[in-house]
Amino acid sequence: MPKAILYDSTLCIGCRACEGGCAERWGLPYNDKIAAEETISAHKLTTVETHGDKFSRRLCMNCAQPACASVCPVGALQKTALGPVVYDASKCMGCRYCMQACPFQVPTYEWSSRLPKMRKCDMCYERQSAGKVTACAEACPVGATKNGDRDALVAEARQRLAEKPDQYYQKIYGISEVGGTSVLYISAVPFEQIGLRTNVPQEPLPETTWRVLELVPDVVSTGSVLLGGIWWITNRRAEVAKKEGRRR
Amino acid sequence: MTRKFPKITVWRVIFAAIMLSGLYATYLRVFYGLGGSTNLSDKFPWGLWIGFDVMCGVGLAAGGFTLVAIVHIFRIERYKPVLRPAILTAFLGYVLVVVGLLYDLGRPDRLWHPLVMWNPRSVMFEVAWCVTLYTTVLFLEFLPVVFEKFGWHKPLEWIHRISVPLMILGVLLSTLHQSSLGSLFLIVPEKLYPLWYTPILPLLFYISSIAVGLAMTIFESWHSSRAFGRALELPLLASMGRVLAVVLSVYLWIRFLDMSHRHVFGLLALNRVETWLFALEIALMLVPALLLYQARVRLRPGALYACAVMVVFGFIANRLNVGTTGLEAGSGTHYIPRWSEVAVTLSIVAAGFAIFRAIAQYFPIFEAHSLEQAPAEMEETEADAVAVG
Repeated sequence: MPKAILYDSTLCIGCRACEGGCAERWGLPYNDKIAAEETISAHKLTTVETHGDKFSRRLCMNCAQPACASVCPVGALQKTALGPVVYDASKCMGCRYCMQACPFQVPTYEWSSRLPKMRKCDMCYERQSAGKVTACAEACPVGATKNGDRDALVAEARQRLAEKPDQYYQKIYGISEVGGTSVLYISAVPFEQIGLRTNVPQEPLPETTWRVLELVPDVVSTGSVLLGGIWWITNRRAEVAKKEGRRR
Repeated sequence: MTRKFPKITVWRVIFAAIMLSGLYATYLRVFYGLGGSTNLSDKFPWGLWIGFDVMCGVGLAAGGFTLVAIVHIFRIERYKPVLRPAILTAFLGYVLVVVGLLYDLGRPDRLWHPLVMWNPRSVMFEVAWCVTLYTTVLFLEFLPVVFEKFGWHKPLEWIHRISVPLMILGVLLSTLHQSSLGSLFLIVPEKLYPLWYTPILPLLFYISSIAVGLAMTIFESWHSSRAFGRALELPLLASMGRVLAVVLSVYLWIRFLDMSHRHVFGLLALNRVETWLFALEIALMLVPALLLYQARVRLRPGALYACAVMVVFGFIANRLNVGTTGLEAGSGTHYIPRWSEVAVTLSIVAAGFAIFRAIAQYFPIFEAHSLEQAPAEMEETEADAVAVG
C-alpha cells in the first residue's frame, strides 16, 4: 500500500513546524535565518511558501513514476514500493540529470562542497518503513500535513472538497500530474496561485525518453546488418573490378 | 648547445593567456567546488560545460563517423585524404569531452560508475556507454597512424583484420550517441522552449551532427593547408560542400515540417530572446545551405570555408539553445556563465587545436594520403582497402 502526504493549504497557519521537524530528522541546522528562506535547498529540504494570505509547502513529490529515478545513469535514485523515492549518495556521480529532469525542480545540490551530494526529501523512508509518520506530519500542530495510505488520503481529500465546496478549489493536485504523485495538495484557490506548476504533463515523464531508448536494439541490429551489407556489396564490387582489371 | 626559446607570436601569447586562466579556473573548481567556479544553481543545474564542452564537443567530432562511413562502408574512396584528419578530430574531440565531463561532474572520481552500476532506462546511461565505447573505437581507428609512423607491421596487420567490424561499430555507436544527446532533453517538455522541444529531437541531433561533421572536415582541411603549407584538396572539399548543402536542406526541411505539425510558428511573432536566438540558429544553417548549392561558391576556398564556419556556428547555436538558453524561461531563472566556466571551455578548445597541430606535425595524418592521391583507386592493395584511416 503506497504512502502519501496530504497537504491542505486552507488549514496551514504558516508556523513552519514542518520545516523544523524536517531539519531535525536530517540533522540539518535550523534557525530564524534559515526559516526565512522560502526556497528549498541542500540545507532545507522542505519549506513553507507565503502567497499573500495563503500558504503552500514545497517538498519532494515522490512521484509514482519519477523522472529523476528514470534518468539517473547509475540508479542512485529508486522508487520504493512504499512510495518514497530514495537516494543512495554512494552511487551518485553528480551528473545532475535528476535536477534537470524533475518537473518540480526539487532535487538540490551541495554546490559549495568539494564532494557534493544531491539532497531532496525522501518522505521519511526509514520512519515510514518503521510504521511511523513523516517528521513533517508529526510536527504539524493543525493537521495541514497528513501522512498515511495514498488511497485513504485521496478519499479524505475528496470528502473535504465535497463537504465544503465553497471553501475549496474543486481539484486535488497530485492525482494525475506527471502520472500521479505521493504528495497531494488541496487549496482554496487555483494551484498556480499558491506557486504550484500547473503546466506539467499529465502523463508520466519517463515515457518520453523510453519511447526512444527502447529503439536502441532496433538501431543496433538493423544498423549492423545494413552497414555490413553495404560494405559487403561495395567490397565485392571493388574485388571484382580488381580481378577483371588484372585479366585484361 | 642552448635550446632556443620559442618565438613569441600573437597567437602564442593568446594561447598562453587562455591556458593560464584555465589553470586558475581549474584551481577554483577543485578547491571551491562547482559553487566556487560556476554560476550553476538548483534551478539551472547544467551550463556551459554541458551545453558546449559536451554537446558541441561530441557533435564537432561527428566528421569521424561520417567519413568512415563514406570512405570505408560506401567506399567513395576519393574522400580518403580527409579521413585521417577527421578521425583525429573525432578522437581528440571525445577525449576533450571526457575532460569537460571531469570538470562538470560533481564527483569526477566516480566517472566510471555507469559502467558498473546500470540503469538502462536512463539516456545518460546510454550516453556514458557510447562515450566510453566510441572513444575506444576511435583510439583503435587512430592506432594505424601510430603503427605506420614507427613501422610496426605486425600490429598494423592485426588491426586491419578487425577494422571492418570496428568501423561498423563506430558508426552505430555514433548514431546512438549523437541522437541520444537530443533524447536527453525529451524528459523536459515543460521546461524547454517549444521552438526547440520536439519528440524528434534525437533525429534532428543526428542529422545536424552529420552536417557539422562535414563542415568541420572542410574547416580543418582549410586550416591545416594553411598551417602546413599543403595544397587544398579543393575539388574534394567542393563536392563535400555539395553533400553538406543537401544534408542541411534535409535537416531544415524536417525542422520546418516538425514545427508546422506542432503549430509553433506563431511563437516567431513574439519579441523574445528565444525568437532571435532561433532566427540566428536557422540563418546560420540556411544561408550556407543556399550558398553551397552554387558551384562558384563551392570552388572558392574562402567562400567554402566561410560556409563551413557558418554551419559550425549554427550547430553550436543550436546545441547551446537546446542545452542552456532554451531552458532558462522554463526553469524560471537566468544563467550567464561565470568567467571560470568560459576559461575552462576556451582552454579545452585551445588545447584541442594545439594537440591536433602537434599530432599532425609528427604523425602521417596528411602526407600519407597526398602520395596515395595520384594512383588510380583500383590499385589499392587488399589490406589497404579495409584499412581504417
